[in-house]
Amino acid sequence: MTPHDVTREMLVDFVVHEAQLLDEGRYSEWNALFNDDGWYWLPAAPHYDDPLHQASHLYDDKLLRTVRLARLQSPRAHSQQPPGRSHHLLQTPAVLVMAPQDNRFELRTPFIYTELRSGRTTQLPGVARHHLTLGAHGLRIRLKRVDLLHADTALPAIEFYL
Amino acid sequence: MTSFDPGQLVQRAQVHRDIYLDPTVFALEMERLWARSWLFVGHDSQVPEVGDYITTVLGGQNVLMLRRTDGSIGVLHNRCAHKGAPLCSDAAGHAGRTLRCPYHGWSYRLDGTLLGVPMRESYEGSGFEQCQAPQGLSPYGAVATHRGFVFARASEVGPPFADAMGDVLGAIDLLADRSPEGRLRVAGGVLRTLVHANWKIYLENVNDAFHPVTTHASVTQSAQAVWGERPEGEPKPAAMQQLLPFGSGYEFFDRMGARLLPHGHSILGTQKSLHSAYDALGGYAQALAAAHGAERAQAVLGFAPQNVVAYPSIALKGVPQVMRVLRPLAADRTIVEAWAFEPVGAPRELLAAGLLYNRQVFSPLSMVAHDDLHLFEGIQRALAARGNPWVSLHRGADADAPAPREVSGIDEALLRHQYRAWAALMADEVAA
Repeated sequence: MTPHDVTREMLVDFVVHEAQLLDEGRYSEWNALFNDDGWYWLPAAPHYDDPLHQASHLYDDKLLRTVRLARLQSPRAHSQQPPGRSHHLLQTPAVLVMAPQDNRFELRTPFIYTELRSGRTTQLPGVARHHLTLGAHGLRIRLKRVDLLHADTALPAIEFYL
Repeated sequence: MTSFDPGQLVQRAQVHRDIYLDPTVFALEMERLWARSWLFVGHDSQVPEVGDYITTVLGGQNVLMLRRTDGSIGVLHNRCAHKGAPLCSDAAGHAGRTLRCPYHGWSYRLDGTLLGVPMRESYEGSGFEQCQAPQGLSPYGAVATHRGFVFARASEVGPPFADAMGDVLGAIDLLADRSPEGRLRVAGGVLRTLVHANWKIYLENVNDAFHPVTTHASVTQSAQAVWGERPEGEPKPAAMQQLLPFGSGYEFFDRMGARLLPHGHSILGTQKSLHSAYDALGGYAQALAAAHGAERAQAVLGFAPQNVVAYPSIALKGVPQVMRVLRPLAADRTIVEAWAFEPVGAPRELLAAGLLYNRQVFSPLSMVAHDDLHLFEGIQRALAARGNPWVSLHRGADADAPAPREVSGIDEALLRHQYRAWAALMADEVAA
């Protein structure tokens, strides 16, 4: 398979599957969807474009994702007693960039994220942007950027990847 | 004025649950403790030009901090003298040479004095000149600036700024001198967390080096396990340099040392801290020595406290260059802000390290803070239970003596110290 064989349907299915893995707590499968140098980014304001010199709520490479996911499953994670749950409600992803010649694909997916933890429900609307590339084992994430409507307001503790 | 005896709720080594739960105590805290304290307002680098402003909240009061025509910083209530509309609604902006109310067009000079009222002639004979409105915008209180840090106190009573802040100013100097030019700039943006707990539960924890061993076991054990799988000798990335020390044991925290300062302030980590072992940046130490002299540069670089508390509103570090600001909203709700500073003229990696620390440790999505916040919010709910109404702060209490003094990093003296200040600031009369 080459990047020229990638279809819009495959891209959309990938994004839907990614959210499903998160909501079902299949974290190692989820982390494997990223390139080895792929990043997950949740900037602290919608217009930020520099993750190193502007504030982010989260900017995780593979190492930090692995630590975060290990922590979520640690028996000593007090905030996961009882275990929380997440729910992604996705709008149909729109393919913004379809550039097989550069092996570059980009999707935009508005969502409403709901998290249930310690009896409290937190609901956050936002937009996810997936920057994808085709690797030896299928489509992989180079960058998942999540922009929350409330990014620059005071947020309650949010425990899972959105 | 109603009489209130703080001694009913704050004893030598225990405090009553009502100080965290009771809305009337919270209202009195805003009226007394927060109004009587020099509160952090903002940093002058946020308002570089005449007419620049930020809006913020000081002890429940909405205020404007702005750069006035003479270059000084003013702090005014953000309330039009006419009908109470806020003059500015943005978090930050530029007002120009005058402030103009969007409702009926009253305008003010940058010092708050009234400049113009549309159709002023129609006020003739109305008694308007005798009411408070023509005096313009109400100042919040006294304002003082140190190394760009702007503080204000609503109350006219109490010790002057330099006396009230004491050695905290020296800690701010050490932070500011992380810049070869001696200047900090607020940079990168602020992270805000809404904590469903009383502000004092948060502020106690800033001084509590006893909790990481148990509270943060989930993240430290995960980080150790994941990092342990890496080949030996692999350079430790900054993210790991920041996370792994949280796994230190009681002995480390005991020996980090702390200094209790008058008026509820403190320095935790006088000997060492979780920040002591970060990699040095090439050329930075030499640049600081060239700018400040070798001795001062060594003092600056050696100052790596866990937290410097300027009671009750901020907690600072030296490295990374970050600060937390507390904004109490209600007895059971607090906003905690995490700010980063860029030391002007220093390598940009320092700003990057501060922002990295804020998102790893203070963000609403921080894997370190999750367990803290879960416990704070649980405490807020659980304290309401009938049964034992007291919170114990007894560890090490047999040796208490007045500040300033040195204590172990895990002595609950660090918490009792905050409540001694609390009781003094909540009394019917405050010492001059």
